[in-house]
Amino acid sequence: MDALEQLMQSLNAIGGSEAVLADPATAHLVADGRAILSRRAVAGLEMEARETAEGISARVVVRQGVRLANPVHLCFGVLHEQGEQRIRMEVRIEKDAAASFVAHCLFPGAVKVLHAMDATVVVEEGAAMHYAETHFHGPHGGVEALPRAVVSVGRGGRYLSEFTLTSGRVGRLAIDYAVTAGKQAVTELTARVFGHGDDAIRITEKVVLAGEEARGLIKTRVAIENAATAEITGITEGNAAGARGHVDCMEIVRDQAVASAIPVVRVTNPLAKVTHEAAIGSVDKRQLETLMLHGLSPEEAVEVIVKGMLR
Amino acid sequence: MPLLEIRGLSFTVGTAKILDGLSLSVESAEVHALLGTNGTGKSTLAYCVAGCEGYRPTGGTILLSGRAIEREKIHERARRGITMAWQEPVRFEGISVAQYLTLKNRELDPAPYLEMVGLDPGRYLERMVDRSLSGGERKRIELASILALSPRLAIFDEPDSGIDMLSTREIINVIQACKANGAAVLLITHREEIALIADSASQICGGRIVCTGSPAEVAAHYKSRQCRTCDPGECDHGRP
Repeated sequence: MDALEQLMQSLNAIGGSEAVLADPATAHLVADGRAILSRRAVAGLEMEARETAEGISARVVVRQGVRLANPVHLCFGVLHEQGEQRIRMEVRIEKDAAASFVAHCLFPGAVKVLHAMDATVVVEEGAAMHYAETHFHGPHGGVEALPRAVVSVGRGGRYLSEFTLTSGRVGRLAIDYAVTAGKQAVTELTARVFGHGDDAIRITEKVVLAGEEARGLIKTRVAIENAATAEITGITEGNAAGARGHVDCMEIVRDQAVASAIPVVRVTNPLAKVTHEAAIGSVDKRQLETLMLHGLSPEEAVEVIVKGMLR
Repeated sequence: MPLLEIRGLSFTVGTAKILDGLSLSVESAEVHALLGTNGTGKSTLAYCVAGCEGYRPTGGTILLSGRAIEREKIHERARRGITMAWQEPVRFEGISVAQYLTLKNRELDPAPYLEMVGLDPGRYLERMVDRSLSGGERKRIELASILALSPRLAIFDEPDSGIDMLSTREIINVIQACKANGAAVLLITHREEIALIADSASQICGGRIVCTGSPAEVAAHYKSRQCRTCDPGECDHGRP
């Protein structure tokens, strides 16, 4: 079995579909470690990708006014137990264009793997980008994942991002996202992570509402058990009239796990408004009892609540 | 033999007697209303019967079909057929209405139960049981979930709170549907007009049953507000 087949096998195992790679109407980029295994551009989308000494460098541009019918599929991984993958990615969604990206980061047998993503994203005026990234790190907790992104959203643009790592071990995860939203731009950052063992989770997300009537939401859902740790920092700045932002963090903690949440809200314009809420604790007793009143055991009830929160 | 029989139930927090030797019984296919003002022990009784954590009786016994259940956990009692609709149902992220109604039985078609509480399945089944629902919608879904469970004993804790008057009809439908299925219903309320749909009723005051009879009789006694004075602790109702 070659590397592409192995990667696709892992993709299928976590609910993805390798069939999209055969679809000529769907753009994709697949890489194992520092090797690009497959790529395709489609009309209205330009893709440059090359292998570098460190990993992969890619540039994706969706041309002005183009609204891609199918999501762009990105699949990155390291199939070996040890390895390193550094990805440098530039994405530009030009004026009034729209695109969805579905990214899978797969490290099924990782024992000591470094995965670093350094992305620069520009969503121009009136453009829209939806980015959904799902990770699978295998059972060993041997991945160090460092996703970093700097995003700029132009006037009336939309940037929605979802990060999910809820199957298998996490290892060490350090997310660092920063978004600047222009006038009437909308941005939503959602992260869902389930940590076990001695997993260490650190999520730092920042939204700067720089333009008038910009909207921002940072939503984080984390469950941790055993001796895992989580430190969540959500920062929102309201710097323009009519800007509205919200930071919403919920963490469920079990066993000896330790969680912290640091919501930072900063307003420099009196006509802006930023709010936050954070809840950390064990599974809500009333939720638990409600499900047990339906006949679920305590263990089943906890599973339903945690899975629901991370969905 | 009554389906639910409560004998001399006591529940104490510190030195406060919340339930004070309370006795009550409900037959299968009987709706029994429990009337009482705020702070008289109605919800505490519901939590003790359902088996909620922290509500283990300090005295007395709870029998379901003659079997003592007061030492069983909440899910063990649920599996015997006891369930309860909370006064203020909780919300769940990531759980759809369809999933919520079929937690116990994945094969169940949840649509008819939503229709019984006046909700359009086409609009609600895929919605989440989260904060996007209004208080009234969430309450109706809770009532639908009770129906879907087909319980032997259904406890409704203030089912009319948070629901507009027009929807009272749907609450009554749910209670009557439970009864038609053979369930015993313990209907906890402080509104006389809700109690009047029951087959029998009791008034609770100071953690004791002070009056049992037909709903009309008990409602009349309750409406006389004789036990209002219990709140400051001056009433002797229920005392030996």
